[in-house]
Amino acid sequence: MTASRSRQGSETQRWRLPAGGAIDRSQPLAFEFDGTRYSGYAGDTLASALLANGVHLVGRSFKYHRPRGIYSAGVEEPSALVQLATGARTQPNTRATMVELCDGMRATSQNCWPSLRFDVGAIANAMSAMLPAGFYYKTFMWPPTPRWWLRYEQLIRRAGGMGRAPTEPDPDHYQHQHAHCDVLVIGGGPAGLAAAQAAAAAGARVIVCHQSARFGASLVGSEAKIGARLAPDWSEGAVAELAAQRDVTLLARTTAFGYYDGNLVGAIERVAGSAADAALAVAHLPRERLWMIRAKAVVLASGAIERGIAYANNDLPGTLLADAARIYVKRHAVRLGARAVVFANNDRAYAGALALREGGTEVAAIVDARPASRLEGVLPARARDAGIVLLPASAIARAHGRLRVCRVDVVPLAGGAATSLDCDLVAVSGGHNPTVHLYSQARGTLRYDPVTASFLPDGSPLPIVTAGAVQGCFDLAQALRQGDAAGRDAAARAGLVARPAMVHVAPDGERAAVEPLWSVPARGKAGKAFVDLQDDVTVRDIELAAREGYHAIEHLKRYTTLGMGTDQGKTSNVIGLALMAKQLGVSIPEVGTTTFRPPYTPVTLGAFPGHAQGPRVEPTRYTAMHDWHEAQGARFVNAGLWKRPHSYPRAGESEDAAVLREARNVRSAVGIVDVSTLGKIELQGRDVAEFLNRIYVNRWDTLAVGRCRYGVMLREDGIVRDDGTTSRLDAERYLMTTTTANAAAVMQTLERLLQVDWPELDVHAASVTEQWAAAALAGPRARQVLERVADIDVSNQALRFLDTAACNLRGAGEAIPARLFRISYSGELAYEIHVPADRGRAMWDLLLDAGQPQGLMPYGTEAMNTLRIEKGHVVIGAEIDGRTTADDLGMGRLVSPAKWCIGKPLLDRPALTAPDRWQLVGLTALGGAPMPRGAKLVADPDAPLPNPILGHVTSWCFSPHLDAWIGLALLAGGGARHGASLWAVSPLATARVRVAVGPPCFIDPDGERLRG
Amino acid sequence: MMLIPCPFCGPRSQVEFTYGGDATLRRPAGDADPSRWADYVYLRDNPCGPHDELWYHGAGCRSWFVLRRDTRTHDIIASAPVGEPLDGTRP
Repeated sequence: MTASRSRQGSETQRWRLPAGGAIDRSQPLAFEFDGTRYSGYAGDTLASALLANGVHLVGRSFKYHRPRGIYSAGVEEPSALVQLATGARTQPNTRATMVELCDGMRATSQNCWPSLRFDVGAIANAMSAMLPAGFYYKTFMWPPTPRWWLRYEQLIRRAGGMGRAPTEPDPDHYQHQHAHCDVLVIGGGPAGLAAAQAAAAAGARVIVCHQSARFGASLVGSEAKIGARLAPDWSEGAVAELAAQRDVTLLARTTAFGYYDGNLVGAIERVAGSAADAALAVAHLPRERLWMIRAKAVVLASGAIERGIAYANNDLPGTLLADAARIYVKRHAVRLGARAVVFANNDRAYAGALALREGGTEVAAIVDARPASRLEGVLPARARDAGIVLLPASAIARAHGRLRVCRVDVVPLAGGAATSLDCDLVAVSGGHNPTVHLYSQARGTLRYDPVTASFLPDGSPLPIVTAGAVQGCFDLAQALRQGDAAGRDAAARAGLVARPAMVHVAPDGERAAVEPLWSVPARGKAGKAFVDLQDDVTVRDIELAAREGYHAIEHLKRYTTLGMGTDQGKTSNVIGLALMAKQLGVSIPEVGTTTFRPPYTPVTLGAFPGHAQGPRVEPTRYTAMHDWHEAQGARFVNAGLWKRPHSYPRAGESEDAAVLREARNVRSAVGIVDVSTLGKIELQGRDVAEFLNRIYVNRWDTLAVGRCRYGVMLREDGIVRDDGTTSRLDAERYLMTTTTANAAAVMQTLERLLQVDWPELDVHAASVTEQWAAAALAGPRARQVLERVADIDVSNQALRFLDTAACNLRGAGEAIPARLFRISYSGELAYEIHVPADRGRAMWDLLLDAGQPQGLMPYGTEAMNTLRIEKGHVVIGAEIDGRTTADDLGMGRLVSPAKWCIGKPLLDRPALTAPDRWQLVGLTALGGAPMPRGAKLVADPDAPLPNPILGHVTSWCFSPHLDAWIGLALLAGGGARHGASLWAVSPLATARVRVAVGPPCFIDPDGERLRG
Repeated sequence: MMLIPCPFCGPRSQVEFTYGGDATLRRPAGDADPSRWADYVYLRDNPCGPHDELWYHGAGCRSWFVLRRDTRTHDIIASAPVGEPLDGTRP
């Protein structure tokens, strides 16, 4: 029965019906599966195209490596998982039932070696008595050390298999789309389309998303009439009518996968659809689009998913769901087999049987679990009229076959001898599970309905209404009525006035009633009866879990792995919990369901970041002088979102050498550094001084106009939050600077304090970081440079240390308005110069030009760091590390005793005033050795472990000024240890250096340089 | 993802906001007992149900405002500028 394995020429679709189906026979498509070439048609899925070529065996199972076929025709597919494409575009675990066929498609089977037909791993099946549920937990507990488990885990992972993830970067891109609507309709079947029509008629903005490529696909091939038209024609008409409306958006190939807070529905659109990769690239289309849809009301018309019945060897290729059989015949014109047996417990499965017969497959019998008295519906009658043999009150107890089913044993449920029926196809239906996933996520409760033997929606506090099969309704006329009502209800909930009900005349059809049958009892050593095909969970596994006490459904799930595959148990979960209920002798609702977590179907990871990948994860900020830095060959470093020059190596110069040269030049001549990235906040109002008093530890009411002051800001718990200078530009106008890293956080805090805590203060705060470009001019010759361009007196008497003044910078071009601040980070005579951002480059050029005779050189953040370590200045992240107090950092004397400030009340706690707190000290490495990275301080490097740690090195550099490796450190009781010698050890770098402890300031402790 | 009604800008997606914690906390007087300060800094109620909390519309008007939100369901009951009553009406 299987197709020939010819590797030459393409297969000829021998199992394709001569007519019918929603496929385009004028568009043949070539594709490859496991190296064999086949053909299909546009409108095929990979699964339907394989079936049209007679290929039923498509994979090996996860645990036992059993041969598996195509079980469904939709998202629920548990077994036909293939590896799609190759290279960077390869996709593992792809459901063949959801892949639209395209020309040149290549797919391979998974989890088999050396080949699909002969798989060595299938030995697991023979050994299965040794692989019960919980096998791993029971077996690999010895020896009881984690190291052994890690070894076992590797072996287990290799044997248990899924596809392989791509190793190369994804060449495709993914888009995000935010949308708002009045009514979102999930599901484009008859109920969904009727709902969309009703909502649109009420004037609602409507979005309809439908999982497959074609709306109303379930009606393809239907002979039912809606009004005067055939159902498929009605559906096409409805879609065309909706598409023509301005406020209706139809999204095909779009799966709503999650329902989130605020009526936000996440949906994934497979934009590429059946397009080949090349076509995608040409059109610049994303492969997928992530929709985030805010709806005022949601209509859930998501349908239902059929479930199987567990019997021995119910996983053989050639076994599929009855709905799937109907779909492959009607939609894809596939002849599924020569002779089929249908196994059912409900009327709807008869539609599958009739379709099979129509599709050229002989139906040997319909084996129905229900007694003859219940086979009186329209569909059983039609089957009987068609001459199909009905076997009531019977069940399939066992299937036979190796790579495909060849025979089934049918038994009367009341007991009695088995009869064998030859067949190459089994279509099974154990009833339907409404697709209530999103309903449940919308806080909807479920109730168990014994008529349909399924869980149905039972009310949600959110504006979500249901219609059609998700309500347990399989009758077309009723589904249309429900859809119409749901559409009108949703429009009303969205605040619109709904029109009167539309009348959809359609025949009454299927009865939804089901005779619950979850598994057929095994007779003797019959073989495995599967509940969950993807995770290889059998009826016996469930029984074992029950015996071992894993009664809670969430425990059952984790112990047996039921429903934990990529299909999340869409076809299996309800069977599993029904079997557990039977074992425990309780009702199904007492067992309850597991949680329906999003996503409903797997979503490509790339769709979640969308375009926010690589350099587009967050914005990059550049200063006004960036182009100049770049032209000079600066090395850049990320500082928050900013790009800052790290150093400016000259031709043939190493980065380290450049840093030393730049730092040395600041100490001996003059340097310039771009400090535009510092946070700048302008404060205005009558109460700014009072506000500053409350947020800084030191006093601000004494700051005169034209003066700058360094301030330290604490958190509420007394730990240092940030530092910086604030300058009084005018009576009621101040400029605060923050560290680059904390600019946004400090601004947010100031806004909170002003808006929430102290709205009575007359203070206005505005971030002006981006409005001003800034440079610091530092070094003994800084004044000589500045006086060449500034139009005011910058002598030591006119512009003292910590003075600020406005001026113009004059060169060859137009004058540049500037604000000078005589503040110093390097410890040298220094000026910060702020100009409007658009004049930043002009200011930079002007200063460099003016400074040339003085030997002015640019310096980067690394030289700046060297200079500040020499001076003993602390920095956010290293010394201000979220644990240090002002006192720890040697700035305790800044805390004014005369006033309250944030953080002060908790400063006196014993732990913050203990004498052995880690305090800031300076370290000098002895003997010319380099300071190890991230070193800890210990008294004796050879002491037995655990060696008491006395502190750690926070910052370190080679000081060109001292010609030694120096560092700053936080050291227990450090203030009292000046003069001591300790060891800096780095076990990771296996380095140890003897260090001398001293004050943190290595240069000019009296500040003569910066005041000079 | 919640849809948060900013009292100044109207309903906006949660991504534009930053959570600011309990809106009912009041900073003790500067000379209050240290234990009161420790409560203020460290102790928070964890109510099950409606909770008045501060939110910051950082990607919008940069305003802090009060939101009454049910912590069990994320249902938003009301929002108001700081200092104005949460009367249950949405802007």
